[in-house]
Amino acid sequence: MKREKVTIDGNEAAAYVAHKLNEVIAIYPITPSSNMGEWADEWSAMGRKNLWGTVPSVTEMQSEGGAAGAVHGALQTGALSTTFTASQGLLLMIPNMFKIAGELTSTVFHVSARSVAANALSIFGDHSDVLATRTTGFGLIASNSVQEIMDFALIAQAATLEARVPFVHFFDGFRSSHEVQKIEQLADEDMRALISDELVFAHRQRGLSPDRPVMRGTAQNPDVFFQGRETCNPFYLACPDIVQKAMDKFAKVVGREYKLFQYVGSPTAERVIVIMGSGAETAQETVEYLNQKGANLGLLKVHLYRPFSVKHFLGALPATVKSIAVLDRTKEPGALGEPLYLDVIGALNEGIMDGTGPVKSMPRVVGGRYGLSSKEFTPAMVKSVYDEMAKPKPKNHFTVGIIDDVTHSSLEFDPSFSTEADDVFRGIFYGLGADGTVGANKNSIKIIGEDTEFYAQGYFVYDSKKSGSTTTSHLRFGPRPIRSTYLISGAKFVACHQWFFLEKFDVLKTALPGSTFLLNSMYGADEVWEHLPKLIQEQIIQKKIKFYVIDAYKVATQTGMGGRVNTIMQTCFFAISGVLERAQAIEAIKSSIKKTYGRKGDQIVKQNFDAVDQTIANLHEVKVPAKVTSSITMPPVVAETAPKFVKDVTAQIIAGFGDLLPVSAMPVDGTFPTGTTQWEKRNIALEIPVWDTVTCIQCNKCAMVCPHAAIRTKVYDPKSLAGAPATFKSTDYRGPEYKGMKYTVQVAPEDCTGCELCVDVCPAKNKTEVRLKAINMSPQPPIREGERANFEFFLNLPEIDRRQVKVDSVKGSQFLEPLFEFSGACSGCGETPYVKLVSQLFGDRTIVANATGCSSIYGGNLPTTPWAKNKDGRGPAWSNSLFEDNAEFGLGMRLTVDKHTAMAKELVTTLASQIGDDLASALLNADQADEAGIHEQRMRVAALKQKLAGISSPEAKNLLTLADGLVKRSIWIIGGDGWAYDIGFGGLDHVLASGRNVNILVLDTEVYSNTGGQMSKSTPRSAVAKFAAGGKPLAKKDLGKIAMTYGGVYVAQVAMGQNDLQTIRAFLEADAYDGPALIIAYSHCIAHGIDMGRAMGNQKAAVESGHWPLYRFNPTLVRDGKNPLKLDSKPPKIRFEDYAYLETRYKMLTKSKPDEAKRLMSLAEGDVKARWKWFEEAAKEWEAAAPKPGSN
Amino acid sequence: MDLSTTYLGLHLKNPIVPSASPLSRTLDGIKRLEDAGAAAIVMYSLFEEQIHHEAAELEHYLSYGTQSFAEALSYFPETAEYNLGPEEYIEHIRKAKEAVDIPIIGSLNGISTGGWIQYARKIQDAGADAIELNVYYIPTDAKLTGEVVEQRYLDVLKAVKSTVTIPIAMKLSPFFSSMANMAARLDAAGVNGLVMFNRFYQPDLDIDALDVVPNVTLSTSQAIRMPLRWIAVLFGKVKASLAATSGVHGAQDVVKLVMAGADVTQMCSALLLHGPGRITEVVEELDRWLIEHEYVSLKQMRGSMSQKSVADPSAFERANYMKALNRYK
Repeated sequence: MKREKVTIDGNEAAAYVAHKLNEVIAIYPITPSSNMGEWADEWSAMGRKNLWGTVPSVTEMQSEGGAAGAVHGALQTGALSTTFTASQGLLLMIPNMFKIAGELTSTVFHVSARSVAANALSIFGDHSDVLATRTTGFGLIASNSVQEIMDFALIAQAATLEARVPFVHFFDGFRSSHEVQKIEQLADEDMRALISDELVFAHRQRGLSPDRPVMRGTAQNPDVFFQGRETCNPFYLACPDIVQKAMDKFAKVVGREYKLFQYVGSPTAERVIVIMGSGAETAQETVEYLNQKGANLGLLKVHLYRPFSVKHFLGALPATVKSIAVLDRTKEPGALGEPLYLDVIGALNEGIMDGTGPVKSMPRVVGGRYGLSSKEFTPAMVKSVYDEMAKPKPKNHFTVGIIDDVTHSSLEFDPSFSTEADDVFRGIFYGLGADGTVGANKNSIKIIGEDTEFYAQGYFVYDSKKSGSTTTSHLRFGPRPIRSTYLISGAKFVACHQWFFLEKFDVLKTALPGSTFLLNSMYGADEVWEHLPKLIQEQIIQKKIKFYVIDAYKVATQTGMGGRVNTIMQTCFFAISGVLERAQAIEAIKSSIKKTYGRKGDQIVKQNFDAVDQTIANLHEVKVPAKVTSSITMPPVVAETAPKFVKDVTAQIIAGFGDLLPVSAMPVDGTFPTGTTQWEKRNIALEIPVWDTVTCIQCNKCAMVCPHAAIRTKVYDPKSLAGAPATFKSTDYRGPEYKGMKYTVQVAPEDCTGCELCVDVCPAKNKTEVRLKAINMSPQPPIREGERANFEFFLNLPEIDRRQVKVDSVKGSQFLEPLFEFSGACSGCGETPYVKLVSQLFGDRTIVANATGCSSIYGGNLPTTPWAKNKDGRGPAWSNSLFEDNAEFGLGMRLTVDKHTAMAKELVTTLASQIGDDLASALLNADQADEAGIHEQRMRVAALKQKLAGISSPEAKNLLTLADGLVKRSIWIIGGDGWAYDIGFGGLDHVLASGRNVNILVLDTEVYSNTGGQMSKSTPRSAVAKFAAGGKPLAKKDLGKIAMTYGGVYVAQVAMGQNDLQTIRAFLEADAYDGPALIIAYSHCIAHGIDMGRAMGNQKAAVESGHWPLYRFNPTLVRDGKNPLKLDSKPPKIRFEDYAYLETRYKMLTKSKPDEAKRLMSLAEGDVKARWKWFEEAAKEWEAAAPKPGSN
Repeated sequence: MDLSTTYLGLHLKNPIVPSASPLSRTLDGIKRLEDAGAAAIVMYSLFEEQIHHEAAELEHYLSYGTQSFAEALSYFPETAEYNLGPEEYIEHIRKAKEAVDIPIIGSLNGISTGGWIQYARKIQDAGADAIELNVYYIPTDAKLTGEVVEQRYLDVLKAVKSTVTIPIAMKLSPFFSSMANMAARLDAAGVNGLVMFNRFYQPDLDIDALDVVPNVTLSTSQAIRMPLRWIAVLFGKVKASLAATSGVHGAQDVVKLVMAGADVTQMCSALLLHGPGRITEVVEELDRWLIEHEYVSLKQMRGSMSQKSVADPSAFERANYMKALNRYK
């Protein structure tokens, strides 16, 4: 049978089979498995049918725990059911997994294995999640490559139906889940041949039905539970043979042969590595290479890890084995060794004791760890393990791939060792996220995969910033299946799609001698040389690199492609790489353009065609001079003035040398200094705002909306201007409060992302040329140097005394120093202005509990983090626990703060006579309602500490450690709507009901933003989101209304873009309220498909349409006999659709399903009206209920 | 009373044709226009910009920020098919043709001879009885000569003519140096009808917000004067049908324009103000007027007061200006 060759990634391969073989799918987004759920949802939305001719039902749940529960229920009622997950998500499924396995239920969970958060979170791949499920009774099947993912998805399903043992089918997150490979797609016939309908019917028959009632899930006592638990033994004993049988049948039908433990290498090997996952592919490539060179090595690739079959394991080992190294991609602190290592030792012990299997005497077994969080695992590392095994006393419990200079566990390896064959094309492409490089490369892989006999592989590396992010694409093409599951370190082709990369990192580091270098350059072939950095010139000459340039941005502009140079650079690649014949390549690109963009309109196709046609004429080879002429060197990564940690560690990570940092460089418990983004000067803005002192009305709105704290204002004494740089701008402060002072708006030129939100909200217009405002965008490079000096001078101007600031005003609040700056959030982010405001108003006395999501990533992802501190060393202390528990996490912080404050007060009372009764009384009765009160209390605490230093009692020492807690502290619990409305809602609800003084800030983007825009319960009706491709059918949950029902919760709904003053008041009132406070903040988002630079206008429209009513519900007012609910916005004055259709998330449905869009929009219009009516009436009722003046 | 007329070779039961407006955006609206007595309907316009930019905009926002960040490689679900502007419009014409019995005239609004012209063919294939080309063009480039501007109209006409076989009407700007010459050249180039005139919406200034603001004002009967003059002038001088648009609010307006030589009178503002029911009133009023004034048919009246039919042809020319001034003295 001829099977289709497809070029897809691992997630799609798994989802393809899972969607064919299931009836009910319950999903929840989590990186890196989200795409599997997305595929399943999209296919079902498109009506794609499963093997039995029905479209699987796909349902998004509120958490992975919920997804597992739903799958359990579906299985128990006889459906074929599955889910997709990873990491923390898999851990949330564990309770249900015990049940599902305990009930001998057939299912396969597809897991893209990912690190479990410990000292830090990581989205990347290792086996710590799947190995945490070892005790559940689920079988564990490992796929090592994209082809295997598709194959084992089927084999696992076939086996689970027969064995009744459920399986986790896992593969390495990112390395396999996101690697694009050309593979053979299984046909429906293959699946029919493997899946027995009788077994499906039997599974269905075991489902609960009132027509044949049984009960399952009883509670049992000590008398029988144990025996009941042992009943599953025959099933687990039979399971390995059943899996092998399925593999054998698969081999017969499809042709690819698999074993539970697949041995590769010499049949007489003495040294054998045991490994599972994508690392096995690299190990195989290395073993085959070394054996070809005369070595005698073996490799055992584990496919069925649970149930662990001693028989099959021993049977697969060569009798000659003397030394075994077991490699685990996980870390179990405190264990004797990692799981696979222990299992191998156990299996050998059993086999040798029983005399079964070919191995008769115990070989030397060592265990090692590799590849945590997708750490590179290369042939050089594999070789180092074999080399270690050859030593008389090889290291045990070693690590490979890092430098462990603390416990010296690491093996040394030679990074120059390579197994890559000459006939494999290897290309590296450096691009920006925004320039479309990755998309173009994925397309090139498809072209080569589908138009030639070559095998193709693509792997893509992204940096962790959401704006201006750099992407690196690693592409291989070759005549044999590609097993190189590691990054390219020797490239035959290097493309640099952005000129400024040349100043940031060594783009030719990986270029091989004789390789080709393609540069997107604004300088032509004749002039480019003199502009190149020295390092680049040197390498071009030394390595005899063929050098080509194109001004891709010029071609893009000429052909209407805007800033996207993807098609142009792709055409260049094909034109000079020689992978395909040029004409054939161009034809293939065009046909692919037609396929990709055809449905988006002829004009786009035409533009791309034009771009292709124009490219060749603009592509030029550079005649390389014989001598290095450049004196341009790369600037230092961070400034000389940076702290030691930043220079020693952070700068290395920024520069891309993080892999070389030894263990000793890392904090032992995940604790990092704050305020490090200030040292990473990213210079990503092409244009930055420039202030016009004359036009400015000094409203400070620009500073308020800036998502990156890159535009700031200060008011200061004119004397401070002494020594100001010549271009530093200053003007008289207008207004009575700071008479005689000077005022400055200053831009951080190298930190600004160029979003233009500040310019958009600026209300002032130039009187003689109205297109100009008080701030206007201007190209950054010419003014970078000057503004850098100006910004530095600005930072050194004295900060205003917080006691003198009218904080409940836009203007006043923006004179407060932001302690959240230069985050990695999207350019124009709608969340960060609120986060920054928290840091300005309360930052010097705040602890932040941050739910996992966008805010934890732009807030806490290395290399640099934005939470900062002031000159006194005070600032927000920040932590992220999990996604689901953030409210509880924050509550725990409040419980500690309250307890410690109470303890401090008790001790002050105890020690009153020694510290002075007046001081004690003042400390205990301090009014800290405003900045002045807080300042006074700080002074008292300082005095207290001085006194305590002179007292030697244990109480005094105790109080010394608690004294700071006498100053009011603010707990801010921050997260997105995925957390607050869905996964964390139970905890959030409990915390709201707790009555404790916490402030909860919900950054409501109405989708799961961080994982790519999946629907949450906050998603409005009729909006399109992932998992709601046909438009969300039901209305948005009203979290504020729910919270108000408690009566004792401060609730506010805000939208800075419509009413910034109301936002500030809500934040101040929330903090002042001595109880739980909930602020729901409208946060525009890149996932809305909007112009981020104009997005405050979207916020305004959301409010004006009634979609987002602004209100504050303050229970304090009830105590004062007043109406607690204040509606801060006016009745809707535009239609909901006038707002909604400003945004692609709504508009796209009118293009894909116009009739449905109309229906949903009309319902959504009704939602908005009903919501407004409710608020209006509630406000009236409260008003009526409030006692009137003069009444009793 | 026989109110029938012929426009673009189409036999119409009366001279009332709703011009391109939002009323034709829904099938329901189209049916209401027919029920109210409209003789044909000019559909709302498909804009060249819409064809170009809607697709580009959707592509921009669907791909914006994608393939940049490991956790969120995209932000929207893939959807198999999008009905972008033209397809949606063309589908709407198809449905409109199925829904009503009166002729449907597609409306294309653009200024270049680029790719959008091909949609004329799609409009024809969808069943439209004719196409109204609306060259809504404000030449602001000081280097652009009147000749070039005029040529652009002719080029667009030629390009569309070579694409379709159904009749083509051209909606004109009143700002030609030689209106009559332009009309004659378009007539020679084969235009089937001239629609006079485009109402260019003149922007306003918001002096508080310092913004230029679009300011759509509905016409009044005053506005018929310009089409009235030019129809009267052109009647009998061109082969093309003549349609009046701007300011047609009541039966008297219709009478005047038909007397000047119009084959049809297009209505928009009055319908937006009073609803499609206004057509019924105008047709009934027209019917009454013709009976009262003892006309045998509408055709009898057509062109009866055109420039060539009146006693003083100069009344439509400069001399008339002098008289008008005198009258105010």
